[in-house]
Amino acid sequence: MSDTFPLKYTRDDFRSDQVVRWCPGCGDYSILAQVQRVMPRICAETQTPRENIVFISGIGCSSRFPYYMDTYGFHSIHGRAPALALGLKIARPEMQVWVITGDGDGLSIGGNHLIHAIRRNIDVKILLFNNRIYGLTKGQYSPTSEIGKKTKSSPYGVIAQPVNALGLALASRATFIARTLDTDSKHLQEVLLRAAHHRGTAFVEILQNCNIFNDGAFDDIKARDVRDDRLLFLEHEKPMRFGAGGSKVLIPSGAAHDTHFAAVAEAGHGMDRALVHDEASENEGFMYALANMDYPEFPVPMGVLRAVEQATYEDLVEHQIEEARERQGPGDLQALLDAGECWTVE
Amino acid sequence: MSHSEAGREEPPESPELVESVIIRFAGDSGDGIQTTGALFTQDAAVSGHDISTLPDFPAEIRAPAGTVAGVSSFQLNFSSRDIHTPGDRPDVLVAMNPAALKTHLADLIPGGMVIVNEDSFTPQSFKKAGIKSDPREDGTLDGYAVHSLPVTSVTMRAVEPVGLGKKNSERCKNMFMLGVVCWLYDRNTDVIERLIDAKFAASDPKTAQANRLALQAGHSYADTARLVPHRYHVDQAQLPPGKYRRITGNSAAALGFVAASKLAGRTLVFASYPITPASDILHELARLRNFGIKAGQCEDEIAAMGAAIGAAYAGALGLTATSGPGLCLKSEAIGLAVMTELPVVIVNVQRGGPSTGLPTKTEQADLLQAMFGRNGESPVAIVAPQSPSDCFDMAIEAFRIATRHMCPVFFLSDGYLANGSEPWRVPSPEELPAFGATGSLDADNFQPYARDPDTLARPWVTPGMPGLEHRIGGLEKQDGSGEVCYEPENHERMVQLRAKKIERIADDIPLLEVFGPEQGELLVLGWGSTYGAIRTAVERSKSGGASVACAQLRYLNPFPSNLGEILDRFDQVLVPELNAGQLRLLLRARFLKDVQGLNKVQGQPFRTWEVQEKIDSMLGLNLRKLHGGTADSGSLSGDKQQGAIS
Ligand SMILES: Cc1ncc(C[n+]2csc(CCOP(=O)(O)OP(=O)(O)O)c2C)c(N)n1
Ligand code: SF4
Ligand SMILES: [Mg+2]
Repeated sequence: MSDTFPLKYTRDDFRSDQVVRWCPGCGDYSILAQVQRVMPRICAETQTPRENIVFISGIGCSSRFPYYMDTYGFHSIHGRAPALALGLKIARPEMQVWVITGDGDGLSIGGNHLIHAIRRNIDVKILLFNNRIYGLTKGQYSPTSEIGKKTKSSPYGVIAQPVNALGLALASRATFIARTLDTDSKHLQEVLLRAAHHRGTAFVEILQNCNIFNDGAFDDIKARDVRDDRLLFLEHEKPMRFGAGGSKVLIPSGAAHDTHFAAVAEAGHGMDRALVHDEASENEGFMYALANMDYPEFPVPMGVLRAVEQATYEDLVEHQIEEARERQGPGDLQALLDAGECWTVE
Repeated sequence: MSHSEAGREEPPESPELVESVIIRFAGDSGDGIQTTGALFTQDAAVSGHDISTLPDFPAEIRAPAGTVAGVSSFQLNFSSRDIHTPGDRPDVLVAMNPAALKTHLADLIPGGMVIVNEDSFTPQSFKKAGIKSDPREDGTLDGYAVHSLPVTSVTMRAVEPVGLGKKNSERCKNMFMLGVVCWLYDRNTDVIERLIDAKFAASDPKTAQANRLALQAGHSYADTARLVPHRYHVDQAQLPPGKYRRITGNSAAALGFVAASKLAGRTLVFASYPITPASDILHELARLRNFGIKAGQCEDEIAAMGAAIGAAYAGALGLTATSGPGLCLKSEAIGLAVMTELPVVIVNVQRGGPSTGLPTKTEQADLLQAMFGRNGESPVAIVAPQSPSDCFDMAIEAFRIATRHMCPVFFLSDGYLANGSEPWRVPSPEELPAFGATGSLDADNFQPYARDPDTLARPWVTPGMPGLEHRIGGLEKQDGSGEVCYEPENHERMVQLRAKKIERIADDIPLLEVFGPEQGELLVLGWGSTYGAIRTAVERSKSGGASVACAQLRYLNPFPSNLGEILDRFDQVLVPELNAGQLRLLLRARFLKDVQGLNKVQGQPFRTWEVQEKIDSMLGLNLRKLHGGTADSGSLSGDKQQGAIS
């Protein structure tokens, strides 16, 4: 649509009257601020009036989010927000639905719903706030906590492997996968805007600091002095460069045709072999390796990993309805009640 | 028909007129017993009889062939009178193999008729069935009218021209048996042939032809062989005028929900996860895309409940269906629907429990779970259909209550209603009343938890309404504004409001009707699916002069407002239930009335005689009381001894 959207919103239009109750210094504040800032643009560009926006969350510090947005909001139960979103989107495909979840909410108790929401490709934007800890219940380890981490519930150290959210999303065949950071307001807004434009499940992992129970969880990759070397900002159709001034690139490892494993090279030597990011790549093995790259072996990928078009679940439901109506005619209640062998008593 | 007249020498005798027949088909679950029963039922229904059916099948899809574990059965009661149950003991037992005979013979009435497939009576099959000798020869069947027919071999010959091969030809033997039974009850095979064609003719004409041939062969065989001294005839029943069809409880419920969607003018979103005996509702609704019905299968019951809530929040009719184990998974989300005061309907087709329990058998043991099975003070409305066709009306009622009173509503059906069938007078959509939500949506003074003064319902505000953006959730709400609120007094007030809102539904549902005297010695009070057995037992006792009445609760929370007063009009109250006494517990707590129980938990519905015996014994006790004997203590253990059926 070329016409500009008649409604012009400002950031304030998305601030509810509720007092925000996260701990001072929590990364959730920044995420809230960026969402409220970018919403006017999202509404304008996606032609969505504010009343058609719904935030649905589970339980956790992160899941308090909907209370602070002056949109429709539903703070549901632990892990189940994607299930509510499914019902909502099936009933009202025109709604723009954002699911807010945490690493415990989305990857532990609600892991099953997350996988199936993604697999169905329902048109919802899922923002997973990953602080690698259970914040609301005061500091137990989560499915993204690293091995060896000592918490109240793991005094001897965590002994299970952590989940990589991007890898899980990819394995569930997500049509949009991205990662961003609470503290990088510009990147965060860019990713949110991209997610808003995606039709289908947009899965976004947001690395978020819990300064009370897991402070500095991402410092070793995002601290000012190391972030250039340890974060790789993916850009579609651009070489995968990182390091100060783009001094390093990602190149294929091993044989020339083997793109399943990436390696790192200094840009000077490897530039001609530098891998170019393709959001729509069908090289599943490579995409999986890319999604799972982690510090210290590799830089951590940020930005949009994957974006492909595919019919959404609710569109397919509507499509089946239309097709069924064409084939069988619109449902006639009397005919349905009369179906089968009937007989008449005089 | 010409094929039945071939070879006949004597003129046909006229059939003996009987009022009702109870026939039970039994065989391996692979023998097509359910199909056979359903076809004969359909024929009986179309012929104008009143009918009532009881299918019973093993939990295993294919238990080892020929074993007792693999026996499936289907009982049909058809009558020229108004009947309410599939009947207690069959007059006729059709047994396709020795295991089926062994399992069901004890239920047959003394002197009843047994029809068996003699080809299946071999030493190997005796071994599989765990019997030592041929029951036809060792005296087991003495006193019964036994007809042992070469069903398999004649079927094979009859269908040979179709060229189906051995295995598929043999599978037609149930149709041969059905042909025999049709003859026995003075019926031609036209209706059943039509049904066979409707099912197979297009997709698989050979199977259709073979089944028809086997059916006709059975009919002619019975006619020519004169296997039975005579045949029987049941007249048409005097049902109220109208158009009828046979319907099962699950089908009726599915149709009721479709009708509700039309009456409310809202999309039906149905989210479910397969589970016996509820899956057929999913199957039925999934077919109706052209009605705009959005039915789908979720990853689990929690997701299904969540999706129903999401749909209700969006302004659609949110529906889910499950059985016991699935209901456990939904509990937390149902609590969310209580807190957010959203209109969802939860169908629980109860089955034997606990845990996986008896998946294919019936029970009424989830009443207290529906009432209380959530954390916190968490009241919901509960309705319970009383017969297969009543599932249609109560499905509409469930959504009428949910949307008018903004609350979750339980629809407590059970395996007996779900799979049982009866004639249903098909309504025309115009007869059904439209309904809608209450509550006002004034954007200026909008409050998401403002309440309708009559119903106490909050407004059904849905996303997309400009200016009414608000947040809801599972945290306690402030009265009115709906904002998160932890104040002690507010919490208590909200707990009371949610309870009162459910209580007020009592003003909006019909009064309980009593069948029989308005007051007297004994009231038999049931709920849900026990209606047929109770009603029949009371009809019989009354005709014997007893001072007994019955009433059936279809609304369990809240109760109809006249219930307490009705209880007070009777000296004694008996509550038969397929559980250990759940309604009785509620009644005793609520009305401080010493109601007695008749409790059965065998995965089987009540037989009429079981209820009747209890009625007799209670009235007998009363007589003794008059003559100065000891009264029943009414204690739980006393009840158990009196009521338990072993
Ligand atoms: C069914 C259920 N189990 C447990 C809880 C307790 N609980 C609340 S939030 C939470 C974990 C939250 O962790 P996460 O999703 O990472 O969110 P965060 O607080 O870190 O943002 C738990 C276990 C609950 N509310 N419901
Ligand atoms: S506990 Fe952690 S995640 Fe929760 S509000 Fe406080 S800082 Fe944020
Ligand atoms: Mg967390």
